[in-house]
Amino acid sequence: MKPAPFLYHRPANLADALSLLRAHGSAAKPLAGGQSLGPMLNMRLARPGHLVDLNDLIELDSVRVTDSFVEIGALTRHHRLAIASEVRRSLPLLSAAAATIGHYAIRQRGTIGGSLAHADPAAQLPLIAVTLGASLVIAGPEGTREVAASDFLQSIMTVDLRDGELITALRFPLPVGGLWAFEYFSRRHGDFALVSVALSFARDEEGKIDALRIGLGGVETVPLRLPEIEARMQGRPADETTIRDLAAAVAATIAPEDSEQVPAVYRRELAETLVVRAFQSALNREEGA
Amino acid sequence: MNASTHEPLTLSLSVNGETHDLQVPARKLLSDVLREDLGLTGTHVGCEHGVCGACTVLIDGRPARACLTFAAQMEGHEVTTIEAVGRPDALSALQQALHEEHGLQCGFCTAGIVMTFEHYLRENPTPTASEVRDVLSGNLCRCTGYQNIVAAVLKAAARMRGESV
Repeated sequence: MKPAPFLYHRPANLADALSLLRAHGSAAKPLAGGQSLGPMLNMRLARPGHLVDLNDLIELDSVRVTDSFVEIGALTRHHRLAIASEVRRSLPLLSAAAATIGHYAIRQRGTIGGSLAHADPAAQLPLIAVTLGASLVIAGPEGTREVAASDFLQSIMTVDLRDGELITALRFPLPVGGLWAFEYFSRRHGDFALVSVALSFARDEEGKIDALRIGLGGVETVPLRLPEIEARMQGRPADETTIRDLAAAVAATIAPEDSEQVPAVYRRELAETLVVRAFQSALNREEGA
Repeated sequence: MNASTHEPLTLSLSVNGETHDLQVPARKLLSDVLREDLGLTGTHVGCEHGVCGACTVLIDGRPARACLTFAAQMEGHEVTTIEAVGRPDALSALQQALHEEHGLQCGFCTAGIVMTFEHYLRENPTPTASEVRDVLSGNLCRCTGYQNIVAAVLKAAARMRGESV
């Protein structure tokens, strides 16, 4: 349980980090919070020749709220997302999901950029990024590019990030609907969820559903957004029938992986239950507000 | 720090307010440097992949897994270990409450739990039992069944607020 040898680099700024990543190409691995990479190094599932420690790039630990988007620096820790008032106000769904990641000590170190780059199919932050239509700002040898989270995440732990590139920020578009919920189920507290549901919507002046966004984590190789179902729910009343229809439509659409430990039918029923729970908790929060 | 060889790095580490100059390989975990190079064996090593919480220390005052941190990363940061919390004749409020509530048996997990809550109780001086359980979920204990640890944390929090319990 000790890492294989590597050369350790600690760049002081983004430019130095990028030139190190460029110089060492596929032999280099960026180290952010280290809460996923650390175990992989200790178990020698990862054996990079060069480790580029990003923790001195404090300019990437940032939250900026504008009229049209919230920009979150890649090195922003989960705990900050969970407790910072500017995040809780502008993106409460992101805050609530961040507060459920791993454990308290893990959340002090883990970063949003690291979570997206790692791309665990059951992780919270990739799910929220896809659900809210966020994009990633990526710096590299050819300058900066922006890519939608849904395009960035390609498969299990597989992302659109080339050698020498680094995620510098996530951009979440505003406005987002005022109603939201994050619901998940895991076997033990702090484990990755078997299924998670992220929900965001608004209600028009007649109380009908508007701008619904629904995302599911843990059911397929990447977080899933369901635009066809979202469109079908547009303008419907936020009542019991709609909630049941929505949950049934989600369960009928997803194609969960089948395994001995977690049968596909179980994940499908869990998704249906969690969609109902999420919708109800969004409405309950509205009543309580 | 831009390394070009696998020779040990020369590091200056600040641990519990003392500065130590060390020669340490880049791949050496903070947990191993604390125990083997500095003799601070109060930091325990359980799973070595961030699950059990036994190695939890404070980095710049915030809890972190020493087994998921390289000592080389700690230059310029302050590390605090269980050795800096309380003394046998003057326990911290949390240590005293753990003693009174039988919040430990073998004690292997206790240092990590104390370090986690040393920070948490400063951030949230009025936790509910449910919040305590959420934070405690990051520290595995195979003796107590956790009930007494929750009771001890709530008791320590109350005392730290000046209540007599």
